[in-house]
Amino acid sequence: MDQKIRVLVAKAGLDGHDRGAKVVAAALRDAGMEVIYTGLRQTPEMIVEAAIQEDVHAIGISILSGAHMTIFPKILQLMREKEVEDILLFGGGIIPESDLVKLKEMGIGMLFTPGTSTQDIIKYLTEWVEKHPKN
Amino acid sequence: MISNNFIEKIFRQEKKSVSRAITLVESGDEKATNLLKELHKRTGNAYRIGITGPPGAGKSTLTNQLTKYYRKQNKTVGIIAIDPTSPFTGGALLGDRVRMSEIGTDPGVFIRSMATRGNLGGLSKKTIDAADVLDAAGYEYIIFETVGVGQSELDIANAADSTIVVLVPESGDSIQAMKAGLMEIADFFVLNKSDRPGSENAVTALRTILMLRDHTEKDWLPNIIKAVASENTGISDIADEIVRHKSFLENNELLLSKREEHFRIRIKEIVETLIRNHLWRDKRVSILEEKLSIVVNRAESPYEVAEHLFSDFQDQIVKQ
Repeated sequence: MDQKIRVLVAKAGLDGHDRGAKVVAAALRDAGMEVIYTGLRQTPEMIVEAAIQEDVHAIGISILSGAHMTIFPKILQLMREKEVEDILLFGGGIIPESDLVKLKEMGIGMLFTPGTSTQDIIKYLTEWVEKHPKN
Repeated sequence: MISNNFIEKIFRQEKKSVSRAITLVESGDEKATNLLKELHKRTGNAYRIGITGPPGAGKSTLTNQLTKYYRKQNKTVGIIAIDPTSPFTGGALLGDRVRMSEIGTDPGVFIRSMATRGNLGGLSKKTIDAADVLDAAGYEYIIFETVGVGQSELDIANAADSTIVVLVPESGDSIQAMKAGLMEIADFFVLNKSDRPGSENAVTALRTILMLRDHTEKDWLPNIIKAVASENTGISDIADEIVRHKSFLENNELLLSKREEHFRIRIKEIVETLIRNHLWRDKRVSILEEKLSIVVNRAESPYEVAEHLFSDFQDQIVKQ
């Protein structure tokens, strides 16, 4: 099957800083991916529902508000309820080291912190999709 | 093979299966063809609406409001939002969901963003295949939403039962010079953002052009509906106009002939795709590559090469 990589990029919760999300979305597009950008103030329900309808390989969440310990686990929980754990949940933002460890333990993918090159994100996603093709 | 279980899930409108089915038809492989064959009998119940217009006219906002209107009437809605694929990178940024956040979690709504992929700026064959999935899944209205630049507006008219062209007051001056295609495919126009200055002038300019067209009393004459989609103004007028157009088509036995015409175009396209796939097999691809330098050196013309390739193709068919 045509493995065109589809990624959902969203801003979750009350957080209006979308420059980073837009930069990442544009970089992924320029790398040949189909990026579904949902915009600001998305609830975990909206994000998971959109990911299902868009049949994406990955969900990328940008959080700069400090709510990462609430939002990431909630999205993960909804993904399990809806049985779409085959989708990669990854993200980026300002997240302290100790939280990064905890989130990773929960089963969340890479979390990119400030200063990351968009090339690293592209490489990460491309390799992940190669290893986890949709059947 | 396509499992019956999978098809049953599509018929039950299970979103995960509907979504996976759209991915499958987008891939265009043999499995997709089998699925579409299975689904066809269950299609034809949805009413298909095309919404097009220049960038920034408010198509996504209008789609959002119209969907909310239908949901109040307990009708289910499937939306296919189409954005162009970059011909340079193959990537696409699909942002129509931004304006549809409110309806994104409604159980009676399914929104799918599609990139045009190989089809230059147009509404691809696969978009119509995806609409068939939504139709078979029982969505009562299907809305195609696409930017009206290039070829896509003609394609949308070949996929929709009713086509709406959305304009804004600022389109006024340019309406005169507007590409013929966009004007002619509209079953009606929506002048969105009509609370802005210049809206009366835009309506007049539009009406003048429409009146200049050859028409008899029996013909459908496209109306112009004023709306402010962001404030939910004029949405019921738009829904009413869709009903009026649908009744006009039905009462004049035009809906079936319109759909026949759509299938005529679609079947031809499928056949042409099949031919193209058989045509460009290894041997002819290498002949083509070999001939390029010869053509550049003016030893053979492109037409000679083309005829050579075509007769090779014919020979192969005769042998089979």
